[in-house]
Amino acid sequence: MTAAFDPLAIAFLGLMIVCAIAALSVRDLMTAVVVFGAFSFFSATYFAILGAVDVAFTEAAVGAAITAVFFVTAIFRTDRGAD
Amino acid sequence: MARLAVIPLLALGAVLAAAASGLPRIGDPESPAATHASPRYIARGHEETGATNLVTGVLADYRAYDTLGETTVICAAGLACWLILGGRSRGAGS
Amino acid sequence: MNSGFGSPALDAASRLMTPFMLMFGAYVVVYGHDSPGGGFQGGVIIAACLILVRLVRGRAAGWVMPPEVAVVLLCTGAGIFAGVGLLGPIFGGHFLDYSALPLPLAPAEVRAAGSLAVEIGVALAVTGVLELIFDVLVEARDDA
Repeated sequence: MTAAFDPLAIAFLGLMIVCAIAALSVRDLMTAVVVFGAFSFFSATYFAILGAVDVAFTEAAVGAAITAVFFVTAIFRTDRGAD
Repeated sequence: MARLAVIPLLALGAVLAAAASGLPRIGDPESPAATHASPRYIARGHEETGATNLVTGVLADYRAYDTLGETTVICAAGLACWLILGGRSRGAGS
Repeated sequence: MNSGFGSPALDAASRLMTPFMLMFGAYVVVYGHDSPGGGFQGGVIIAACLILVRLVRGRAAGWVMPPEVAVVLLCTGAGIFAGVGLLGPIFGGHFLDYSALPLPLAPAEVRAAGSLAVEIGVALAVTGVLELIFDVLVEARDDA
């Protein structure tokens, strides 16, 4: 109940929004992947603050590590620009 | 044209915000999701499944059918990736 | 990416981290009942370890998993899950009802053992899938 209005939780929600907008607006795809990894870490921390440790664990492992590796591998096979 | 796309986007955001205001609060013990199956799992989950971590108890025991479907979907996705992208040792040319 | 990065610092760091990552993955799978974790997370950690070695060492790594092996791994995982589920009807219970298994344990422990087998299946499947997707992405045809 109180966890949703924790100032820490609100701060991480704000950082998630900032990271999401930055990942969308950045021109270099590799930078976008890194910013997306930061977004995943912030959302994992947010889940941990809400008490969902399992979801946070999954988000940190899949969203931050595996997805970033797959994106980087896919970018290496294609062009690096966003257009 | 890209500026025009902001208008339906904002409209969608307003609709979603209005809908989200009707959702139960986070962690609300009176919400519908917390009043039907959850009390039974929380009360008997440890003694029935032997799991200290109730999430695993629900995922692997009570809702194992769900997890089986999830695993099947993951396997199908992996096999589809292999079949679409990985044709290096098959075909006529190679 | 067949050659890998190959820098000595990366090589040393990955050599140092690999056993601990594998150990932690196995721990997360096995102790999913008592601590946060489970088959999916543990499988992801093990796959991340294999991918790390593959990224750093490339094809020179001793344990490159060919896609055929990864497919066998993921099918084995899903098969373990479905097989444990099918043991229920065989021993007179419902599908995926682990309490019907004839094990000389307390009822809760029987269900915990069934859950553990299922989690191991999920971990194998997830490891196989991630390894397969990575391999397929890296090794995709250049002439396509």
